[in-house]
Amino acid sequence: MKTRTLVIRSLWVFGVAGLCFVVYAWRSEIPPVDPPPHDSFKLASIERGSQLAALGDCATCHTSAGGEAFAGGRPVATPFGIIYSTNITPDPSTGIGHWSLEAFERAMREGVDRGGSHLYPAFPYDHFTLVNSDDNAALYAYLMTRQPVQAKVPDNELPFPLNIRFILAAWKLVFLRTGPYQPDAAHDEQWNRGRYLAEGIGHCGACHTPRNSLGAEIPAQHFDGGEAEGWHAYAINSDSQAHEPWSEQALQNYLKQGWHARHGNAQGPMAAVARNLAVIADSDLRAVSVYVASLIGTARPTAHEDSGSREKPGNDIGASIYSTTCASCHDGARALPFGGVRLELSTAVTGESATNLINVVLEGLHPPAGSAGAIMPGFGSALTDGQLESLVAYIRSNFSSKPPWTGIETSVREARSRNRD
Amino acid sequence: MSRRAVIQGTGALIFTFSIERLAFPQDGGPAAGAGAPKLPGSLTRNPLLDAWIQVDADGKITAFTGKVELGQGIRTALLQIVAEELEVAFEQVSLVTADTSRTVDEGYTAGSHSVQDSGTALRNAAAQVREILISEGAHRLKVPADQLRAEAGAVIGPNAARITYAELVSPNLLHVEAQPVSRLKDPSLFKIMDRPVRRVDIPPKVTGGQAYVQDMRLPGMLHARVVRAPSYGARLLRLDTGPIEKMTGVVKVIRDGNFLAVVAYREFQAVKAMRAVAREARWEETAALPRQSSLHDQLLALPSQDQVILDLHDSAGQASKTLEATYTRPYLSHGSIGPSCAVAHLSDGIMTIWTHTQGVYPDRQAIAQMLQLPPEKVHCIHVEGSGCYGHNGADDAAADAALIASSMPDRPIRLQWMREQEHGWEPFGPAMIAKVKGSVDAAGRIVDWDYGVWSNTHATRPGPAGSLLAARYMEKSFPAAEPKPLPQPEGGGDRNSIPLYRLPKARVTHHFLPDMPVRVSALRSLGAHMNVFAIESFMDELALAAGSDPVAFRLAHLDDARARDVVNATADEFHWNARSEPTNGYGYGFAFARYKNLAAYCAVALQVRVDQLTGRTRVLRVAAAVDTGQVINPDGVRNQIEGGILQSLSWTLFESVSFDSQRITSIDWSTYPILRFSSVPESLTVRIIDRPGTPFLGCGEAATGPAAAALANAVANATGKRIRDMPLNAARVKAAIGV
Amino acid sequence: MIELKVNGSSHSVSADPDTPLLYVLRDDLQLNAARFGCGLGQCGSCTVLADGAPILSCVTPIMLLEGRQITTLEGLGSRDDPGPLQRAFIEEQAAQCGYCIPGMMMRAQALLQSNPHPTDAEIVAQLEPNLCRCGTHMRILRAVRRAATLLAGPSEPATGIPPTSNAGARIESPDSEADSQNDARRRPAHSDRRERPER
Repeated sequence: MKTRTLVIRSLWVFGVAGLCFVVYAWRSEIPPVDPPPHDSFKLASIERGSQLAALGDCATCHTSAGGEAFAGGRPVATPFGIIYSTNITPDPSTGIGHWSLEAFERAMREGVDRGGSHLYPAFPYDHFTLVNSDDNAALYAYLMTRQPVQAKVPDNELPFPLNIRFILAAWKLVFLRTGPYQPDAAHDEQWNRGRYLAEGIGHCGACHTPRNSLGAEIPAQHFDGGEAEGWHAYAINSDSQAHEPWSEQALQNYLKQGWHARHGNAQGPMAAVARNLAVIADSDLRAVSVYVASLIGTARPTAHEDSGSREKPGNDIGASIYSTTCASCHDGARALPFGGVRLELSTAVTGESATNLINVVLEGLHPPAGSAGAIMPGFGSALTDGQLESLVAYIRSNFSSKPPWTGIETSVREARSRNRD
Repeated sequence: MSRRAVIQGTGALIFTFSIERLAFPQDGGPAAGAGAPKLPGSLTRNPLLDAWIQVDADGKITAFTGKVELGQGIRTALLQIVAEELEVAFEQVSLVTADTSRTVDEGYTAGSHSVQDSGTALRNAAAQVREILISEGAHRLKVPADQLRAEAGAVIGPNAARITYAELVSPNLLHVEAQPVSRLKDPSLFKIMDRPVRRVDIPPKVTGGQAYVQDMRLPGMLHARVVRAPSYGARLLRLDTGPIEKMTGVVKVIRDGNFLAVVAYREFQAVKAMRAVAREARWEETAALPRQSSLHDQLLALPSQDQVILDLHDSAGQASKTLEATYTRPYLSHGSIGPSCAVAHLSDGIMTIWTHTQGVYPDRQAIAQMLQLPPEKVHCIHVEGSGCYGHNGADDAAADAALIASSMPDRPIRLQWMREQEHGWEPFGPAMIAKVKGSVDAAGRIVDWDYGVWSNTHATRPGPAGSLLAARYMEKSFPAAEPKPLPQPEGGGDRNSIPLYRLPKARVTHHFLPDMPVRVSALRSLGAHMNVFAIESFMDELALAAGSDPVAFRLAHLDDARARDVVNATADEFHWNARSEPTNGYGYGFAFARYKNLAAYCAVALQVRVDQLTGRTRVLRVAAAVDTGQVINPDGVRNQIEGGILQSLSWTLFESVSFDSQRITSIDWSTYPILRFSSVPESLTVRIIDRPGTPFLGCGEAATGPAAAALANAVANATGKRIRDMPLNAARVKAAIGV
Repeated sequence: MIELKVNGSSHSVSADPDTPLLYVLRDDLQLNAARFGCGLGQCGSCTVLADGAPILSCVTPIMLLEGRQITTLEGLGSRDDPGPLQRAFIEEQAAQCGYCIPGMMMRAQALLQSNPHPTDAEIVAQLEPNLCRCGTHMRILRAVRRAATLLAGPSEPATGIPPTSNAGARIESPDSEADSQNDARRRPAHSDRRERPER
C-alpha cells in the first residue's frame, strides 16, 4: 500500500476513534434543582444515610483541618499532584445544593459531576459505583440535610495535561467497572452484604490495595496492602501478617472499638475510620467482618526461620531502650485499651512494613479532645535516629519470628521528614 | 459585721441552725464556742493580737494566718491587707501560714472563707495594732493620739516628730485581746489593697525556685511509696517481702495490716520496689460498687435522712404551666495535677510533717490519734502543693508519711503518691440527683417551686483518725467516722439548693444519703456546682415556657440589688441583648448564683457551637461578672473566676469518675480526660463590681455553678434539646440531637 | 556513671541508666522546675528540652540522653535575672497553683525558638499535650504571646488576638534587682475593667 494511502487511512482511523472517544467521554449537564427542603426526606432515610456516610468515612476527606463538616478543601496528596476535596454541603453556590438525586447518583456511579465534568478517582467512585440506588438516595437525603456552608475550595494542583478532566474518561475506560453491586451466588447473604459494604461505600481497597502507575488499584493484588498518608495499610487477605488470623469477632471488635488486644490499635487514617465505624449497626459491621475474615482465612502465617537476627549488633542498645523506656507500659499488667499493647501480638511489629511502628514511636497516641483513650507519649524528641533504628530492629527481632525489616534507616528518615511538615 | 445580719437582709428565708457545731467545721468557717465574744472573723476564736501580728526590733512585720496558699493567691492578698492597715511598705511584711506550732487554728482553708475569716481577722488586728502603736507613740511623744498618724512604718506627729514601729514595740505590747470594733482605713485612701499587686509566690514558681512540698530535700531524707490496696476494703492475704527487701537501694518494706509501703535511698528505687510489691501482693477484694449505668437510680434507692430546709407558703398566682425535671451529676475527681506528697520526720519524740493539707490542725489531730501520740508531739506545717480544689489526697499522704516515719525514727521520709493513687483513692465530689417541679403563671412569674437534692456527705475530712486511709488499713485500724451533713446556711449537698429568687411557694428538701459506695468528700463549691446547675437549668426551662428572655426572667425574680447588678453587668459584658438567633449549632446561655447565698455573687454568659456531626460542644466566648465585696486584689479575683469557669467547663463537658463492680477505673488522664487547650474558649472576660468598704466575700468557688448551668443552657439553646445529665459530652449531645 | 549536659554544665550522675531523667534532675541535681505530675507521659508537667525539642522527662531514661543538651526552666533565667519567657509569665501573672507552668513554659520555649511569631492556633497546638487543672489556660496563652513579643523585639506577631480583660497592658522591662514584693508593689499586673457603682 502506498504511504500516502496509509497515512490517510490512519488519519481516518484516529479521527473516528477520537470521535468515538469524545462521544464516549462527553457527559451532559444535569439540570440544577432548588435545594430540596429538609422535610422532603424521611427521617429513616436520613438516618440510613448517616450510617452509610460513616461507613464511607465521607466527613474525613470532605472536611479540612479546622473547617466545617463536609465543606471540603482538604488536600489529598497523590503521586500526580494535590487534589482538594469538594464541598458536599447543600450550599447552592459552592456545594451541591443544586444537585438532584440523579446528579448525585451519577457522581457515585460514574464519577461525573452535575455539570458533566469527570471527577478525579481520588474520589473513589471505582468503589462507590457499587452502591445501589436505595443507598444513594439515603446518602443524598443525609447530605442534603446537612448545614450548608459557603466555602469555595482551592483549585487542584495538577500539571498539564492531568488538569484536563476530559482525559479521565480514558482512565475510566480502562479501570472503571460501573456498578451497582452484583451478589456472588456462591456466598450467603451476610457475606455478600459485607462485600457490598466493604468494596462499595467502605472503599477499603482504596488504602488496602496497591495501585499501578496510573493510580488505579491492581485487581490481581486485591487487599495486598497499600499506603495512606504516610502509614501502611496492611494486607487484609491471605497475605495478612497478623500474629494470628483475624477471626470474624476479632475484626468486628477491632473495627468498632479501634483496638484489639491481640492485634493492636487503629492508627493514622484508620483511627478516624474506626471512630466512624463505632456508630455503625452491629449487623453491618458483622457482615463486613465476615467478608474480610473470609479473605484472610484461618491459615496461620508460615513461621519464618530464625535468621539469627538476635545476634545482630545494635540489638543490645535496642534491648536496653526497650526495657528502660517501653517495658513499663508494654510489659505491664494494664489491659488494653489503656495499657500498652503486647508487641508480639501487634501487626505493627509482625506486619510487612516498619512504617507504622516508627510513626507510633515518634508521635505516640492521642485520643480526641475529651474522650477517654490510650495516651502514649511520642518519643520523637527523646530518641536520636540511631536509637530509633536500634529500637525498631530490636522490637522486630525480639517480638516476631519474621525476617528483619529492610530499609529501616530510610523509613525513619521519611517518617521524620513527614513529622516536620 | 456578722453573717446573721447579712442573712436577715435577704428576707423570706427560713433556715435551721445546728446548735451543736462540729468541733472542726469541715468547711472552713469559724466555730464559735458558746459565750465567746463576737470579734471580727477568726479573731473570735483567737483574740490575742500577737497571735496574728508581730513587730520585731528591726521593724519587720510578721503576720500569722491559720489559712494556707493553695494557688488562689491568698498569701499575697493577706500581705496586702496587713500592709495597708498597718501603714507599712508591702515588702516589710512576711506571712507565716498554717503551722501547728506557730499560727492560730483556723480550721480548713476551704469554703471560700479565707478572706472572709482570716482576712477580716488580719485586717482588724492590723488596724488595732496600728492604733496601739499610735497610742504608744502618743505616750512617748507626750502628744494626744489624735494629733498622730501612722505612715510608712512609723508614727508621725507634729513638728516632724517621728518614731518608728521598731522603736515603739516592746515585749507584750501586742499581747492583748482584740476589740470588737476597729478603726479601719477608708477605702478611698487605699494604696495597696484593691490593687492588682503581683503575687509574691509566682516568681519562684517560674524560675525553678523551691515552691512546693514536693521540692523539699532534707539531709538524710529517704524516698517512700505506699502500695495501696486494689480496691476499697481489700485485705492483704500474702506478700513475701524478702525479695523486695533485697532490691537495690531498698531500706525497708513496711507491712502494717493492710498498709504497705517501701522506703529506699533513691526515688526511682522506691518506685521499682513499689511496682514489685504491687505485683507480688495477693489481696482479697470485697468491694461492691454500684453499676455505673444505673448509678443514680441506685443512689435514690439508698436510705436517706430528709430535711426540709425551705418551706414557704406565701400567696401566689394561678399556675399556668408546670414543669418537672430531674438533673444528675456523676462523681467528679479533684484531679490535682501534682499527686499528693508529704515529708515526715520523727525526731526526739516529735513527729514533724510538712504537708499541703488544707487543715494542719485537724490533720494533726487525726494523725496523732492514729499514732497514739499526744497532739503536742505532732507538728504539722503547711507547705504548698499543687491545686487541691478541696479534700484531695493531701491529708492521707501526710498520714502515710507519718506512719512510715514512725517506724523509722530520725530519718526524714518523703512520701509521694503516684498518679494512679491520687486518681483512685482521693475522695471524689459526690454524685448527686436533683428533682425540680415548678410552675409559672400567665404573667410569667414563678408561683410554686419544689426542689429535692440527693447527695452523700461532702465532708469526710479529718476529723477522726478513721478519716485517714492509713488509719483504716493499718493493723490496729480505726473505723471511718459516721458521715454527717454540713448544716445550713452553708450546707454540703444542699449548698445553694435554696435559690436567691423570689419564690412565693417553695419547698427545698435535702435528702442526705449516709451510705457511701465510693469515697467522697469536699470538691470545690460542694453541692453548689450541682444545685446551681439544676436550678439555673430549670430557670431557663421555665423562662422558655413563659416565653421570657432568660436574663429578663431572672431579673423579674431577683430583689437583691447586688445580684441584679451582677446579672446586668454580665449581660452587658456579653452583649446579651445583641445576640443573634441561635442557628447552625450556635447557642447562648446564662446563669447566676450567689455562692452559698452568703458569699460572692457571680453570673456567667457564654456562647457555644455544637458540632452536628460529633455532638462536640465548643465554648467560644465567655463573659462573667463578680461582686466579691471589698476587693483586695482584683487580679486575684479575676484569676479565681477565670479558673473556676474553666474548671467547671471541664467538669461539665467531659468528666465522670468510672468504676467497675469492684474498682475505680478512671486512674489516670487517659481514663479521666479533662479540658485541654484545644477546648479553651476564644475569649473570657471578667468584670469586677467594686464594693469598697463592704465586707469581704469569698469568690474562689463562686463561678463553678453558674458556668455549668450557662453551658447547659447554651447547649439547649443551640440544639433545642435540653440535657440534664452531666457531663454534656459529645456522645450525650449527639444522642440528643440525633442525625 | 552517666554524663549529662544540663543547662550548659556537665554532670556525672550515679543513678541507674534506666532512671527517668525527672528523678535525676530533681534528686541528683536539685532542680525544681521539672515536676512529677503523672510519670506516664500524659500531662507534660515534667517537660524539659533535649537539643531544643520538648521531651517528657518522666518517661525518658537517662541512658538515652548522653551527649544531648538538656535545658530546664532554670536554664532560661533566674529569680534575680529572669529571661524573657519568665518575665512574660510574671507580667501576665500566668499561674494559679503554678505546678504545671514550668512544663508549659518549656513547650513554649521550644515553639518560640523555631517559630518566633506563632499564631494563636500554633500556640494552642503546641501546648495541647500539657494539662492545667486550675484553668489558667487564658493567661498561659497571653503569656506565650507576650513572650513572643519580648523575644522577637519590635515586630508584633500576627495573632489576631481577641479583646481580653487586660487590653492596654504595658510591657515594661523589670528592674532586675527588685525582689518580687518590690516588683509587685511598684508595677500592677495589668489594668482591669471594673465598675464602681454610685454610692
